[in-house]
Amino acid sequence: MSLTLEEVEHIASLARLELTAEEKERYRQQLSAILDYARRLQEVDTTGIPPTSSVLPARSRLREDRVEPSLTPAELLRNAPHAEKDQFRVPPVIE
Amino acid sequence: MSANNLHELSLAQALAGLQRGDFSSRELTDACLARIDGLETRVHAFITLTPDLARQQADQADAVRARAKKTGEALPPLLGLPVAVKDVLCTRGVRTTCGSRILENFVPPFNATAVQRALDAGMVLLGKTNNDEFAMGSSTENSAYGPTRNPWDLARVPGGSSGGSAAAVAARMTPAAFGSDTGGSVRQPASYCGISGIKPTYGRVSRYGLVAYGSSLDSVGLFARSAEDLSLVFSQIAGYDERDATTLDLPVPSYDLPQAPDLNGVRIGVPKEYFIAGMQAEVEACVRQAIEQLQALGAQVREISLPHTEYALPVYYLIAPAEASANLARYDGIRYGLSEESETMLELYRRTRGAGFGSEVKRRIMLGTYALSAGYYDAYYGQAQKVRTLIKRDFEQAFEQVDAIACPVAPSTAFKLGEHADDPLAMYLEDVFTLPINLGGVPGLAFPAGFDRQGLPVGMQLLGGHFNEAVLFRIAHAYQMVTDWHTRAPAL
Repeated sequence: MSLTLEEVEHIASLARLELTAEEKERYRQQLSAILDYARRLQEVDTTGIPPTSSVLPARSRLREDRVEPSLTPAELLRNAPHAEKDQFRVPPVIE
Repeated sequence: MSANNLHELSLAQALAGLQRGDFSSRELTDACLARIDGLETRVHAFITLTPDLARQQADQADAVRARAKKTGEALPPLLGLPVAVKDVLCTRGVRTTCGSRILENFVPPFNATAVQRALDAGMVLLGKTNNDEFAMGSSTENSAYGPTRNPWDLARVPGGSSGGSAAAVAARMTPAAFGSDTGGSVRQPASYCGISGIKPTYGRVSRYGLVAYGSSLDSVGLFARSAEDLSLVFSQIAGYDERDATTLDLPVPSYDLPQAPDLNGVRIGVPKEYFIAGMQAEVEACVRQAIEQLQALGAQVREISLPHTEYALPVYYLIAPAEASANLARYDGIRYGLSEESETMLELYRRTRGAGFGSEVKRRIMLGTYALSAGYYDAYYGQAQKVRTLIKRDFEQAFEQVDAIACPVAPSTAFKLGEHADDPLAMYLEDVFTLPINLGGVPGLAFPAGFDRQGLPVGMQLLGGHFNEAVLFRIAHAYQMVTDWHTRAPAL
């Protein structure tokens, strides 16, 4: 199979990735080759086989729901590119 | 042993030396830091070094040991032993880049549980090691901070994605190091670098603080120079963590190893699907010879079949990118990491991610997004998850008949830098023997089993049933008691 440039642009848009023209063409070719390779899965008879939901042989124990100390707003905002008054600052969303 | 070659000691030897008072943790740590200083420009195993922190932790370990002499208090089991940590595990106050530009300045406010447990056990942090960006790769060439080189041949890759950790242990910069293994990222570099590495059962070691790649596959693993060394650290980091809901609340057994190399009663299966046309003949020869040695130690060896092995590669390269495309959605230029100046939110996302991710990461995000997108979900992702069930059942059925499986780690020894640069599929084929293990969630232990004619290490791996790491340590340790491949060091 061969992906079209439009399909590559659609995937990039879904993935929120800005790609150069050169990248789009390279990924078009490489993804087409990888997806071709993946097509061999179609030859496996999976009638009645459930998809894997977990590899674990048992269920895990969930922790008790209790109040504990957590990280402070200052600690959480330390890595933020733009912060203001204990909040993350982003470009305008609403006109 | 003089103070300036303490870095040559294995973890178990170093621990014994510290306990006897032959040298201090500070001397051991300084020896490792000096070794790193001397080789790092050629090997490039680290992204960030933490010498000041390491010396401070070492001094503190020495103080604790001195105090315990008077008080008789119990000591943390790994007190004063250096360790390096793959740069995908969060370290409080120490930059954690994941090998990516997008996290170039990210300083986590917490420690990953596995790292915290190692520190609680007394270990000393030397620094953060290099890896393929977000652990996506098989050569460590995909790091935004430049490639790591194989200490056995600097023109070759150390494997990946945990190549920095593997190279650091092989080059005797540290007696142990953390890695992560999503599709072979501990076992394959261990094999290429001639050292031992363990990928635990899914659910055995907490992934809290491991930056997520493929969440149904990711595991935190370890590198060291022997199975015994691995077992000493592994016993400290394994077990339930309420911060990781995928860890199981099962008791962690003692990993104490037997004194004699006796494998009587141990049943080992050799899967015929792991010896394929096109693999390097010397790899097959070394692995077959090692299996004969296991048999000579008393193991019952028989051929088995894992019939869906050939589908593991396409299954993995649909499921892992699909999970990655969701996990890496968090890098949005808002909460942490790179942020490109933009007028709108959409532009912010697109520009930040376009500029911050490297080409392999973008490729996998694209592939995963496609596999999950409307119209293609059933044919790709859905079918892959069904075939994964068949691969998992292959292992479950095998472990009804045998205690462990022995097979090669990779079809060949370490390849040259740049050899697979423009062919992602050829690079993915390096993982053909390691991916099935992650799909089945079972544990695997890689260790050296010889060398090829070019002097490059050949590795093999032992696989066990869910939560049966103990049998892997036992078999590999027995092998290492009667062989010396694991004690050989590269000439650097």
